[in-house]
Amino acid sequence: MKYFPLVWANLTRHKRRTVLTTLSVALALFLFASLRSVVTTLRAGAEVGSESRMIVQSAKAIVFFLPMSYRERLLAVPGVQAVTWADWFGGVYQDPKNFFASFAADAESYLDMYRSDFTLPADQRAAFIKERTACIVGQHLLEKYGWRLGQDVTLKGTIFQGDWTFTIRGVYHATNPAFSEDVLMFHYEVVYERYPRWVQPGWYVLELKDPSLAQQVAAAIDSEFKNSSDPTKTGTERAFNAGFVTMWGNVSFLMDSIGMAVVFAILLVAANSMMLSARERTNEVGVLKTVGFGDRLLFGLVMAEAGTIALGGAVLGLGAAKALYRPTGFSAMGFLPGFDVTAGTLALGLGIAVVLALASGLVPAVNAARLSAVQALRHVE
Amino acid sequence: MSLVTIRGLTKIFQRDSQSITVFDGLSLEFAEGSFTALMGPSGSGKSTLLNLVAGLDRPTSGTVIVGGAEVSAMGPGALAEWRSRHVGFVFQSYNLLPVLTAYQNVELPLLLTRLSKAERHEHVTTALGVVALTDRAEHFPRQLSGGQEQRAAIARAIVSDPTIILLDEPTGQLDAKSAAEVLELLQRLNREFHKTILMVTHDPHAAQAAGRTLHLDKGVLTA
Repeated sequence: MKYFPLVWANLTRHKRRTVLTTLSVALALFLFASLRSVVTTLRAGAEVGSESRMIVQSAKAIVFFLPMSYRERLLAVPGVQAVTWADWFGGVYQDPKNFFASFAADAESYLDMYRSDFTLPADQRAAFIKERTACIVGQHLLEKYGWRLGQDVTLKGTIFQGDWTFTIRGVYHATNPAFSEDVLMFHYEVVYERYPRWVQPGWYVLELKDPSLAQQVAAAIDSEFKNSSDPTKTGTERAFNAGFVTMWGNVSFLMDSIGMAVVFAILLVAANSMMLSARERTNEVGVLKTVGFGDRLLFGLVMAEAGTIALGGAVLGLGAAKALYRPTGFSAMGFLPGFDVTAGTLALGLGIAVVLALASGLVPAVNAARLSAVQALRHVE
Repeated sequence: MSLVTIRGLTKIFQRDSQSITVFDGLSLEFAEGSFTALMGPSGSGKSTLLNLVAGLDRPTSGTVIVGGAEVSAMGPGALAEWRSRHVGFVFQSYNLLPVLTAYQNVELPLLLTRLSKAERHEHVTTALGVVALTDRAEHFPRQLSGGQEQRAAIARAIVSDPTIILLDEPTGQLDAKSAAEVLELLQRLNREFHKTILMVTHDPHAAQAAGRTLHLDKGVLTA
């Protein structure tokens, strides 16, 4: 601790350089934490999907509809307790940049199906179910656009063309962190009535009597519709979510790669800065050695400087990421509900900061330790 | 009584394929409490001798004994520790650390000791008082005159009460008045505090301040 004034004095020798280097480390670790959190949030979303719910989608692709007649047939499959369905609406609010997840769903059965994932006051639920042009929105979405209960909201359809006006009759709170609060849900019938010849359920959600029946139920359903014009692909909701993550597989790899590339680039910047700083002080190393500072102590002092920059940057970058996302309810327009920087990501970020400190400080520290006092004193910058 | 004993000192520098012999069997003694000026032309080996006595450089052969310790036989770690306790070194260009105040510069050697902060403060204050720089304690080197910088450097050299003070051209960059002040200070350290001083200088006036003057030429004592 008695050497800290010396370390600090050296760090503040070129304040601008030290601040910029620290900020570059902070930015790199902020980006690393952000990119990695996309991956961990996607994975977490897959993990929390229910094992007792199954998703039935078109075997051709998720963009294809499934016939409405399937509802009764799915309900008749042994082991299936309840069925609901929904369609991806994909509207925007006022401006294309105001995009968020919007679904057309069979209201009552959908709310029942996901009753454990969010809370909706009973009177609001009743009002929503009763009124065909009503919708419910997540609390975060309501706050984001400054809406209020009872307000009309007009969406511009991107798949289903035209203006669609809904009255907000309910505001739900997610109780499951992976359930997004950036969603607007309205009645399936509204879309169906405008496009009766085209629109059908985009996917069905089944509730099982017993999660252990999942494999058996999936096999029975897919087998039943195998030779139809609309074959199905059935899996647990968790597997469905995991499938999305798998689809994101290369993106995850890309994000990890970009994160590491950014960190590596900053490592070079920090190392260059440390070496420049050490080289400028070669003569002072000679003075300190003359005074009696040993090689190990000088090695430690240079490493302490590198460590202060790297750890200072880590605290700033990782702290900013942790403070920014969760408290502001960031969810990437509802696509990454529960987005947060996990403890694992923070630990990994700190680990990277330690490696950064070692890698950037090692060469100048070894040089300072190895250089003889006479050589150092003769050094002229 | 001899404080520094040099026996059969040989120092050869290798420059690429060339060998440059600075000393070839030099033997010399400096008495405890003496103030010796070492003069000679450039390249005569004055600074090299100073570095060898301080343990900053190693002889090719021969022995350097300071205060009973064979400096020439010590390893790097032991040398650093020995230097911190027994050597005070003053450079021609002061070599104060520009990012530290005069006080912090003087405190540097004490950081290597087990002294408490209060004890260090007492030592630093005393050393700054000896060189008459108490009122400049919180000034950075750039805020001091050349003479004040050199006095701060002397305070740094004496703060740990070393066995010997080595000075390499301490008045080389000073004006006449400042040089006189520094030399007077050195005489006082020698006379009142009985410090053993070995000073390398080109300046005959500076050499007059010392009790003994030695002349080196091409690594050989000439007078």
